Amino acid sequence: MKLKANKKQSPIKNKAVKAIGNISRRSFFKYMGTGVATYIAWSDVFVASAIQANDKHSTFPDQELISSWIHISPTGDITVFTGKVEIGQNIRTSLSQVVAEELFVAPEAINMIMGDTALTPYDRGTYGSLTTLQISPILRMAAANLREILVEEAQKTWGIKSSSLTLSDGMVIDPSSNKRLAYGDLVKDKQLLRKVNKNVKTIAPEEWKVAGHSIPKINGRDFITGNHRYVSDMVLPGMVFGKVLRPPAYGAKLLFADTSEAEKIPGVNVVKEGDFIGVTAADTLTAAIALASIESSWDRSPPVQRSELFEHLVNTAAEKKVVSKGLVDAYDQGDVKLDKSFEVDYIAHVPLETRAGLASWENGYLEVWAGTQRPFGLHEDLQKTFDLPVDSIRVYVPDTGSGYGGKQTSEVGVEAARLAKHVGKPVKVCWTREEEFKWAYFRPAGVIQVRASLSDGEISSWEFHNFNSGSAGIDFPYKGGKKHLEFHRSSSPLRQGSYRALSSTANVFAMESIVNDLAISLGEDPLRFRLRNLENSRLKAVVKAAAQAFGWERQKSKDNIGYGMACGTVKGGYVATFVEVEVEKNSRKLIVREVVTAFECGVIINPRHLESQVIGCVLQGLGGALFEAVDFKDGNLTNASLASYRVPRFKDVPKMKVILLNRADLPSSGAGEAPIVCIAPALRNAIHDASGIKLYKLPMLPSGIVPDNA
Amino acid sequence: MKLRVNNKEYSVEVANNPSLLEVLRDKLDLTGTKYGCGEGACGACKVLVNGIPTPSCITPVTSVSGKKVITIEGLAENGELHPVQKVFLEEDVFQCSYCAPGMVITAAALLKKQPDASTQDLIDGLNGNICRCCTYPAIINALKKIIQKEGEQ
Repeated sequence: MKLKANKKQSPIKNKAVKAIGNISRRSFFKYMGTGVATYIAWSDVFVASAIQANDKHSTFPDQELISSWIHISPTGDITVFTGKVEIGQNIRTSLSQVVAEELFVAPEAINMIMGDTALTPYDRGTYGSLTTLQISPILRMAAANLREILVEEAQKTWGIKSSSLTLSDGMVIDPSSNKRLAYGDLVKDKQLLRKVNKNVKTIAPEEWKVAGHSIPKINGRDFITGNHRYVSDMVLPGMVFGKVLRPPAYGAKLLFADTSEAEKIPGVNVVKEGDFIGVTAADTLTAAIALASIESSWDRSPPVQRSELFEHLVNTAAEKKVVSKGLVDAYDQGDVKLDKSFEVDYIAHVPLETRAGLASWENGYLEVWAGTQRPFGLHEDLQKTFDLPVDSIRVYVPDTGSGYGGKQTSEVGVEAARLAKHVGKPVKVCWTREEEFKWAYFRPAGVIQVRASLSDGEISSWEFHNFNSGSAGIDFPYKGGKKHLEFHRSSSPLRQGSYRALSSTANVFAMESIVNDLAISLGEDPLRFRLRNLENSRLKAVVKAAAQAFGWERQKSKDNIGYGMACGTVKGGYVATFVEVEVEKNSRKLIVREVVTAFECGVIINPRHLESQVIGCVLQGLGGALFEAVDFKDGNLTNASLASYRVPRFKDVPKMKVILLNRADLPSSGAGEAPIVCIAPALRNAIHDASGIKLYKLPMLPSGIVPDNA
Repeated sequence: MKLRVNNKEYSVEVANNPSLLEVLRDKLDLTGTKYGCGEGACGACKVLVNGIPTPSCITPVTSVSGKKVITIEGLAENGELHPVQKVFLEEDVFQCSYCAPGMVITAAALLKKQPDASTQDLIDGLNGNICRCCTYPAIINALKKIIQKEGEQ
């Protein structure tokens, strides 16, 4: 095999394959050979949510663009094409399940082609919990349409009109005569491409036999044996390893570089293009040595220091909107008033697989493999960077070593392509852990100011300002009172971007802390106060489920134990988290004793994998809640390593319980984000319950010790 | 120098004193062993050196001369997965799975040494391995199943 990569990675070998984001009916079977296929266009479904008006791409058509399609070949192979990527959320499995369900085959029978810009339809990216919400129903519908076509073809072949045909294990069966035909035989010599008819019925979740069940990760064995090739593992013939010279601090400009020593090393190539300096060598170590032997000097501008961060975010914010007089009056007349400020540090995604890119040029055709959540975004970056036609590039994303919102950009793919262009060989660039920390981007830091009041035991005003971290999750799900919700853009000293649930974590932290404090100031049980004031029945349902599983009413075994809770809704997911903590008497060390989370996101496609998403969110959220923070000084990160930046480990895992509420009557939403938002406020409220200390900063306890005054 | 990996002998260049990880990945194309941090802090690069789980990223290749190195690719015997691999598959523990090879290697060595490991032993023994998807509870539960089975036999 030429390319050391994964099976099923390149089903179409023909180099002449063009980007077919804009495939036409006429051209379709040039790619696919004969067979039968169904497709669905973005304009048919979810246009409003899928393609934002301000996000039109000139290079890829959008409105009539095919969103996904499914093809059955004369050999009976079922192939699904989607631009989404697998980054550990296990959508390769869940999407296979919904297609397999409609087509009466095993999920392993589905060949899922994902995130390949030469083969799959245009897709904005895998983020925002949108795959399950958007692509899953599209694929169900497309598969149900394929099923209808197969039945029609069988009826034609047998010359019958019977509507009693059944399907099983890749065959259409006539129970009356016991005749059967395999899907492949039914599509032989046909070239049928049909747009999806939305009136075709999909199988109701109550009748699901494959979807809705805990099917194991579809290519799990490849990962457990080390056979799967992540981009960082891929090898091309003649490939060399690349490294890129980085500035010593953010914003530093290159003044001078002497690369002569690097150039003397046998087998090393030095690439200079403007401020870009990179090296290639036959192995990682030689490339690292070559890079280290470059002498460079830089112009450094005085940056914002961490100690000034929160002040800076507030001071550089856009001017506040006027708060209505009604709200000001309501606040002034409140019986209980709270006016508090919260601070949230930058945190890093720390995907275990650092960014990697592999690039190869052949006769002006550029192929790039990269671990990114946005293959088409990288495709566009490459087009712009190298001034190439859209169909001279192919970006491919093999199943990737996680992202958590951190791999939406792919600088590493562009770096590999640039080096490969200069040295005339395939180049692989794998970022070091230090580069991953320093040169990716962070979850935004933020300041949140809340003013809230109660009047006669009811919430009478709610004024909420988020500086810099974002508007996601800012909505207030409780009833009553005047509301003012505002997000202020600020100038961020560090590069920031998407992260699992983004600002919802910060906003729900501040919101659920204040709501809890309001309840306590009334002398009311925080659970009762919430249930009395929550408006959404789905949110109430998860609160009740978690409260019951936790045993909110149970006696505390010691007086230094505290219970806390929080709830929230993000992107169609409803979550409540209840925790028990202990603050050790003398040391004041925090011990998280138990975490119970209830989650609901519509009908469940794979319970086991949903549980993984919820547990993953809660535990990852525990890091940002208690101890994760990016530290920086003089424009440089001071904890850019896994020894100094602490992430949750086995020893941080408390006793955990997850309750999944299945709503077969509701469509599925994504689950990779919402369950992260409640762990921080639930912990904060439990710490208060145990110790009387109220905390207003994320992370709350970098040292693990609860202060005795705050 | 001569290097013995997965019961096969290799002859490798040791100029500039490369790490075992660099040799495994760049020279022998054994890419199942992963780079995670470069400082022995995450467990992604662990291999067995004479049966002991060892972070290959901070292990100079010259230091394993004459020793037996087993990587994730060499753990299955005669095509039969190691019990730890089997139980991780059966229990469907992983998400992105990038940590899986290092987890398997570490857990396999741990259970060989302590077939009746307690939950706390598992946590202590695996604490050097990071799973950023945080599948930790599923990993522990899966390993407990092996220990239970052993105990019943």
